[in-house]
Amino acid sequence: MSEVTEDRVLDMRGFQCPIPVVKTNLAIKEMADGEVLKVLATDKGALSDFPAWAEDTGNQLLSSGEEGDVLVFYIRKGEG
Amino acid sequence: MQQIGETPTTQMSEDDLRRIVREEIQAALGASKDPGTQRAAIIASKGTLDWSYPPLILATTAAATGMETSVFFTFYGLNILLKDFDKELKIGPTGNPAMPMPMPMPQFATIIPGMVPMATKMMKSKFAGKGVASIGELLDLAIELGVRLIACRMTMDVFGYEEADFRDGVEYAGAASFISEARKANVTLFI
Repeated sequence: MSEVTEDRVLDMRGFQCPIPVVKTNLAIKEMADGEVLKVLATDKGALSDFPAWAEDTGNQLLSSGEEGDVLVFYIRKGEG
Repeated sequence: MQQIGETPTTQMSEDDLRRIVREEIQAALGASKDPGTQRAAIIASKGTLDWSYPPLILATTAAATGMETSVFFTFYGLNILLKDFDKELKIGPTGNPAMPMPMPMPQFATIIPGMVPMATKMMKSKFAGKGVASIGELLDLAIELGVRLIACRMTMDVFGYEEADFRDGVEYAGAASFISEARKANVTLFI
């Protein structure tokens, strides 16, 4: 995913469910359609929660991966 | 005048026809999309520290996925809406053999004085240590996300609560209001 550059970074390391998803939703609401949000998280549940949230909200989960102990998500804001 | 058997000049190609059918099907599916998927109605009926979490976690998450979300607080669930909720929400090991304790303890021993404040303090510090939001933080988030917090009038009267006992932004209603919300919602939970 090195070709994707984020417009904003949200550091959710150390926060548990449901805070990473809820704060991601608040952050993405402030962004423009097509912009990319990078989220760092340590809540293991986020690996399944972020795809579910993205599907429900019409945002696009570009990638999810692990860098050491940290989960890294790239989300492109969808329209609507 | 057109001759019989003459081919019309605007005949549709098969590709065009397929495209139109596809567009019509998508439009029909879009129009019939169930609005119930966009609404959640949750009842919070319990007033201990541990049971305060599930309704608030699910309500904030539902709101974060774009759902119009309401939580009806009834019976002991009203505790969560109290201004001094932080003092009121407690947990104790009595009658709750599932609660992890620092040392094994028979149920009869759990009634000794000081057990409830100790267990409450233990759970709060355990949750904070794991990065779990406090009930106060979840309530603030719920309000920021536009979750409707609705207190049950009947149980308020039974327990002797006034509107002044509850936090700002709370609505007051009865069972018919919940049913009215619930019939429009695909997600309804009794907690």
